[in-house]
Amino acid sequence: MAMSTDRHQHTNLFRSDGLRRRRQWEERTVRAALLFFALVSVLTTLGIIYVLLEETVLFFRQVSFAQFFLDTRWTPLFLSQRFGIWPLVNGTVLVAAGAMLVALPLGLLAAIYMSEYASERVRRVLKPFLEILAGIPTVVYGYFALTFITPILRSVFPQTQVFNAASAAIAMGFMILPMVASLSEDALYAVPNSVREAAYALGATRWEVATQVVVPAALSGIAAAFILAVSRAIGETMIVAIAAGQQPKLTLNPLESIETMTAYIVQVSLGDTPQQSLAYKTIFAVGMMLFVMTLGMNVASYLLTRRFREVYE
Amino acid sequence: MEPVALELRNLSVYYGAFLAVKDVNLAIPRHQITAIIGPSGVGKSTLLRALNRMNELVPGCRTEGEVLFDGMNIYDPRVDPVEVRRRIGMVFQKPNPFPKSIYENIAWGLRINGFRGNRAQMDEAVEGALRAAALWDEVKDKLHQSGLSLSGGQQQRLCIARVIALQPEVILLDEPASALDPIATLKIEELMRELKRDYTIVIVTHNMQQAARVSDYTAMMMLTGEGERSGTVIEFDRTKTIFTNPRDKRTEDYVTGRFG
Repeated sequence: MAMSTDRHQHTNLFRSDGLRRRRQWEERTVRAALLFFALVSVLTTLGIIYVLLEETVLFFRQVSFAQFFLDTRWTPLFLSQRFGIWPLVNGTVLVAAGAMLVALPLGLLAAIYMSEYASERVRRVLKPFLEILAGIPTVVYGYFALTFITPILRSVFPQTQVFNAASAAIAMGFMILPMVASLSEDALYAVPNSVREAAYALGATRWEVATQVVVPAALSGIAAAFILAVSRAIGETMIVAIAAGQQPKLTLNPLESIETMTAYIVQVSLGDTPQQSLAYKTIFAVGMMLFVMTLGMNVASYLLTRRFREVYE
Repeated sequence: MEPVALELRNLSVYYGAFLAVKDVNLAIPRHQITAIIGPSGVGKSTLLRALNRMNELVPGCRTEGEVLFDGMNIYDPRVDPVEVRRRIGMVFQKPNPFPKSIYENIAWGLRINGFRGNRAQMDEAVEGALRAAALWDEVKDKLHQSGLSLSGGQQQRLCIARVIALQPEVILLDEPASALDPIATLKIEELMRELKRDYTIVIVTHNMQQAARVSDYTAMMMLTGEGERSGTVIEFDRTKTIFTNPRDKRTEDYVTGRFG
């Protein structure tokens, strides 16, 4: 028995060199494969940016920056082509601002309720529920806007056009509401209890503690949530494509038909615009503009979140 | 015996089914410093927090018995806990200034409690509170910087100033110096001796030397028995008596360092 054990170990030692090399090779392969998968998303993003940049450069060879940024009309699909981006930016900002007008107060109040008023049990039910709400397909919100919100708007304000910014903005507000509520709630909940106790011990009511101590303490986190939501609103496509119209114009009247950057891109991609035409290339320039805006906001949100963490950790 | 500020009658505190503090009877003398001492986990902080109804912010916490304050039971259903906490202030173990300016840390408490003065009167109230907390000279040039920018000891004195500004009758301190270095601790202790002229002070402390140094009266807490988890006050007397000639053998063992 002792002999055989000895021999067994001996054989193992004898073979170990090759075995070790094979294992090392295996480890390296696994590592490289995993790295590849991790890089796929990064590379895809870089690829998209590259295509976007390339096409945008081609576009700006034919259209000057002045034509793009200084004109006030956007008519690349008409005979008299004009390339002023502002009507599309105007449409996008109008809808996004309207959406925030809905989502910001409602989302913050919902977050205050969940973090400061609800019992732990209610909170544990409510929060996942909100997060599931965030999974409703945006096309559903689009038809909700067109077939439910628009008729109501038209009965209250008869001058409302069938396709209008307000209807899309309200639907979009409800779409991003769960996100605003959930992220703001995270920020409020992260405020240390010791700060709340200090306020209660001074004779503050729950409402005073929530609004005057906890919300200001979580402000940078809440701001990050809002910016992320705005960024989402700016990039949102389906609702505006369905409900907001296709008329790029400079207006602040939400009851009018407008066109957002995303809706324009949809319009051109689905239409019969020839692939190599200048009109077709506009969608890359618009896409680039959109990308720069949302990227800027996501970076701002990231920086704010980091600052928020610094205060308490 | 001196006039009584707070009288505890058969006070018990539960967390759910768990009896944390059992049947405490205690008369806390007015304008004196009363220390609550005892080993970890006997419910010192729980007892302290029962004195301004802070415990009810903890879900599942329940209090039985009475705490008489000005002849009124603070647990009477007609009593507003918000008003109780304004008149019985509290300073916590870890300094917890609001993430606001030094000035606002003090002004906020005044404002939510109905301060109706103009800007100059508010400035005066803030300065008065900071002076009373021996912090004015250190912060007078940076009143609008964040309260969190101060050192730990300064933050704790800011928290004391915040309480003083409301001119409560009683100040409860929950191990106020446990997170501070020895010099900052001494400053807090000095401050407490100053403050007892105007306020009744109750302090929970782990540190027996601190209790002996600053307090006039001491309440000794212990578990109710071998293997029990509920704590109670087993002896209450002048601090001198507790430390030199206690009646209870367990107190003697604890203060002489043979236990706990």
